[in-house]
Amino acid sequence: MQEIEKHTVCVLVDNEAGVLARVIGLFAGRGYNIESLTVAEVDPQAHLSRITVVTSGTPMVIEQIKNQLGRLVPVHKVSDLTTEGPHVERELALVKVRSTGEKRVESLRIADIFRARVVDSTIESFVFEMTGSTEKLNAFINLMQPLGLVDVSRTGSVAIARGPQGF
Amino acid sequence: MTAQTMNGSAIVIRALLDQGVDVVFGYPGGAVLPIYDELFKQNALRHILVRHEQGAVHAAEGYARSTGKVGVVLVTSGPGATNAVTGLTDALMDSVPVVCLTGQVPTHLIGNDAFQEADTVGITRPCTKHNYLVKNIADLPRVMHEAFYVARSGRPGPVVVDLPKDILQATGTYTNNVNAVHRSYKPQVKGDARRIEEAVALMANARRPLFYCGGGVINSGAAAAAALTRFVRMTGFPCTLTLMGLGAFPAADRQFLGMLGMHGTYEANLAMHGCDVLINIGARFDDRVTGKLSAFSPNSKKIHVDIDPSSINKNVPVDVPIVGDAAGVLEDMIAAWGARAARPDGKALAAWWKQIEDWRARDCLRYKNSDQVIKPQYAIQRLYEAVKARDDVYITTEVGQHQMWAAQFLRFEKPNRWMTSGGLGTMGYGLPAAIGVQVAHPDALVIDVAGEASILMNIQEMSTACQYRLPVKIFIINNQWMGMVRQWQELLYGERYSQSYTESLPDFVKLAEAFGAVGLRATKPREVDDVIRDMIAADAPVIVDCRVDPKENCFPMIPAGAAHNDMLLGPDDVPKPVSEEGMVLV
Repeated sequence: MQEIEKHTVCVLVDNEAGVLARVIGLFAGRGYNIESLTVAEVDPQAHLSRITVVTSGTPMVIEQIKNQLGRLVPVHKVSDLTTEGPHVERELALVKVRSTGEKRVESLRIADIFRARVVDSTIESFVFEMTGSTEKLNAFINLMQPLGLVDVSRTGSVAIARGPQGF
Repeated sequence: MTAQTMNGSAIVIRALLDQGVDVVFGYPGGAVLPIYDELFKQNALRHILVRHEQGAVHAAEGYARSTGKVGVVLVTSGPGATNAVTGLTDALMDSVPVVCLTGQVPTHLIGNDAFQEADTVGITRPCTKHNYLVKNIADLPRVMHEAFYVARSGRPGPVVVDLPKDILQATGTYTNNVNAVHRSYKPQVKGDARRIEEAVALMANARRPLFYCGGGVINSGAAAAAALTRFVRMTGFPCTLTLMGLGAFPAADRQFLGMLGMHGTYEANLAMHGCDVLINIGARFDDRVTGKLSAFSPNSKKIHVDIDPSSINKNVPVDVPIVGDAAGVLEDMIAAWGARAARPDGKALAAWWKQIEDWRARDCLRYKNSDQVIKPQYAIQRLYEAVKARDDVYITTEVGQHQMWAAQFLRFEKPNRWMTSGGLGTMGYGLPAAIGVQVAHPDALVIDVAGEASILMNIQEMSTACQYRLPVKIFIINNQWMGMVRQWQELLYGERYSQSYTESLPDFVKLAEAFGAVGLRATKPREVDDVIRDMIAADAPVIVDCRVDPKENCFPMIPAGAAHNDMLLGPDDVPKPVSEEGMVLV
């Protein structure tokens, strides 16, 4: 049996009605995993959107995923950043922590260590904004758990290749 | 390219004509009335009125597969579109180019649960190659032409264009951009030269080679089938074809081993199991072909030519993948083969052929004939004998035992003569498909080899055949059972025949007459030839009720979950208990 691997795949698509449904429907219909999926228009003139999907599967399944994405009509390009050289990957999280006294101070200290920013504050709560790798966000959220974590909103990964070349 | 102002329906008709469409298969309804009104005002485009929208899509498939052109369907919103879904899925699975125009409620009512509203693009997204909802009249001309481009390019498939009624009535500007370049969809058609070299090098060192070819060769056009035939003959290698590929290589050629797969020949399946170089051109390692994957062709290097990259390495890992169109790649392979001095070891090849001839000598399609009861194989064999001298014969089938017998006993020397539902296995495909074929080839002999259960799934299309005087011949192998279901229940479910017997079958002769067609019946072996002769002679649609042995099973058979070298050759072969892994397979 082949090993399960995690891959970050970028897909450049026409920003038209239903395109996201096509991509998601493909994953659902063929039983592929989506660990995270992020989409936004990146070229308003050409109406192009970029989808970043973090997925997992055996190398054979990952190859299938790329080929299946590639044959969707509105797809311009598919690139597997995990295999195509070094890349930068980031995720953003908004983390709400509700506590008072020592716990409140501790959450602020840890946020400082993680370079999270406070973007909202009340007498009994903070909302932290934090950017980083998925693992770093996980670590931060785990630490906030005993300190009064009440809510988390995450974007999923966005990624880009290192070096001077465009997509 | 002069722009012209016209309404949406007129744009639709103009675009169809500019695409070279001469016939559409359809059924009117509220949302498409503007198009039907436009159809009424012209004579260039013929409309065939079907009796159910599923029939319209299958008819378009039959038209497309027998001509190589795009088949066109026109149906209304809501139920019109949902009824077309089975046909669209069938066309997707078998890579048939179809453009299906569906009506839709006006744009301002979309999402309102309006009368005859359905989320057509949502429902058809997974069963089409691509689909469009036209929400702006300015997009209509481009979308119409794009739909045809997408349907026929690369791996062909069905495309839906959903047309809201207000768009059909709006005024727009039509420009004829038949050859517009698509901005993202550009399938690779030219094979990689280095890969082709690698493939040919492998072939030159083969000791036990085998060509395994499929529907991709047919879809690539007559030139691909001709190139394949040339290449197979140049190499002297054996060749087997999938159900979808029959006709891509002439069946009369000694190098042809017959169809392979679950009900394929002994020699084809054992050659598949024993070969050392497998040359797959336009086939997709479907589970009906591979049987047990872990035991599939275990000792071969595999070359796979396919226009769809997602077909490569999907089920079976291959050694030399070549993405490209079969015709071009075959020409390149022929050139590379010609340029190369090395040839396979003649002795090894002769020994391989000797082995294959031994397998062939088992005569795996042999069956025990009877003079009391018509054996289904006998009926189909006699049908073949009656038509084999003609050059104008097109065969469609329904799905089940009769389909497999037809694939085994009818022999095809040319592509585009055999229309069957392979991937989806759609009962009810054959009659409407035959109608589509007959529309495309009015003077040809078009025969639907049917089962009595399948034919009832789209029997209403007899009315279509009679309306347009389409003399399709429906040859029903009537065993009163859903034969394939019965066969599996006998072999795998302890002879518990749950719901596979059809009581109260109609009198098919009277049924034919009720529609205004000719009905014929054969109940004894000696009547078969006469009935076939009368069927062919009749200048009208014909239903033949051929009453066959209800207990006959289709052999050879690779039971679910078994390997190619584990075939059942006949009723005397007792199947081994099927593994749990095998029992879950379909």
